[in-house]
Amino acid sequence: MDLTLKVWRQKNRKDKGRIETYLIKGVSKDASFLEMMDMLNNQLITEDIDPIAFDHDCREGICGSCSMFINGQAHGPERSITTCQLHMRSFKDGQTIYIEPWRSTAFPVIKDLVVDRSSFDRIQQSGGYISVNTSGNTPDANSTPVRKVDADKSFDAATCIGCGACVATCKNSSAMLFVAAKVSQYSYLPQGKVERKERVVNMVEQMDKESFGNCSNTGACEIECPKDISIDYIANLNKEFLLAKNTKK
Amino acid sequence: MVAKTSTSSIGKKVLMALSGLFLMVFLMQHLVINMLSVISADLFNQASHFMGTNPLVQFVLQPVLISGFLFHLIMGIYLEYKNNQARPVKYAFKKSSANSTWISRNMIITGIMIMMFLGLHFYDFWIPEINIKFIEGDWSGRHGESFRYWDELNHKFHDMWRVIIYCISFIFLSLHLLHGFQSSFQSSGLNNNYISYIKKFGNIFAILVPCGFIFIAIFHYLLTN
Repeated sequence: MDLTLKVWRQKNRKDKGRIETYLIKGVSKDASFLEMMDMLNNQLITEDIDPIAFDHDCREGICGSCSMFINGQAHGPERSITTCQLHMRSFKDGQTIYIEPWRSTAFPVIKDLVVDRSSFDRIQQSGGYISVNTSGNTPDANSTPVRKVDADKSFDAATCIGCGACVATCKNSSAMLFVAAKVSQYSYLPQGKVERKERVVNMVEQMDKESFGNCSNTGACEIECPKDISIDYIANLNKEFLLAKNTKK
Repeated sequence: MVAKTSTSSIGKKVLMALSGLFLMVFLMQHLVINMLSVISADLFNQASHFMGTNPLVQFVLQPVLISGFLFHLIMGIYLEYKNNQARPVKYAFKKSSANSTWISRNMIITGIMIMMFLGLHFYDFWIPEINIKFIEGDWSGRHGESFRYWDELNHKFHDMWRVIIYCISFIFLSLHLLHGFQSSFQSSGLNNNYISYIKKFGNIFAILVPCGFIFIAIFHYLLTN
């Protein structure tokens, strides 16, 4: 496959950035998108051009590192996958592909396609945990009965890999699907009930501090989420927040 | 406690949803009374006179309604402005149609179209009504010996262009409601086992209510021409 790539290049946080056009030839349709990016970088190095910086780690759809906005969609045109799981057979020979970083005030560009997603870390640190005594008297998790329906809901929420595709996709750069998943994975479980109210209040307050936009229920986030997390969790987040704010601690 | 809730992103979202639900209830009531004008001029006159002269409606419900509408409008514009700030650098290529509907992404456009229509609607009905009652001091509701309400309504829809503008505006209202109805339940955290029924009812509401208003406008146009 021969492709025309229009890639966002930005030297650092302060640089204004621009789209650069590169031609790449002989890409296998069986190559992954990141392998194609590796090929492009090899080509750029031989041409004495600074290679394109992009996030990647596990390359098997688990870590949530790869964060590219490909031809107008987070993680490219396919559903329920991350960029590392995207293959070049999803594109046509001779096609022009736009590759951009996540765009959000809360995700500033560090270099090229790499963005700073530490705002997610700060939200997580504000309440995305349970306090358990691990001094040797830790109760066996299986000794606490959990309804199957609740366990399933909690597990589905816990599959969130914090990639930020929801923010990148949302027309308002809202982080509510991420926060909803992180709140809900605990709110459905007995282990999460103790800190239930302060968790949701603290995480939403931190989310608001990070300059994310507001959810307007377009549902784009759940479509682009590589882990298929439903916006039903956002409704749950809203309910949890209202209950926490308007009932006694 | 409420003030603290309303300053958060979720609080603003919920207030937007509740004000929207309130306006939808008003819309239903407005349609029912207007539909009486198709059934019987007398019934419509009596209902209009009651609504136009009842102190509870005039001095309590009407200010609440106007406040609710202004709140929904101002909060909608404010949230749109804040949401735009959350992404100052736009994508060179964004394929929004792949993951969301035009209606859900453009509530501000359909909302502004409804706001512009309300300007005309107020000019047509509300301002003359306020003038007659509060400036001229005439609370009789009569023009000569009979009630004036049905005649005024019928007369307004004599003009074809006015009917066309009203019908187009009701289409924008329908688009706004198609997303707004179910969205208000989602925002309020009321997304439960009945959500599929809520969505279906919302779609029916969003189509039937504006169609009802279109029917009334065309009915009076045909009656006078």
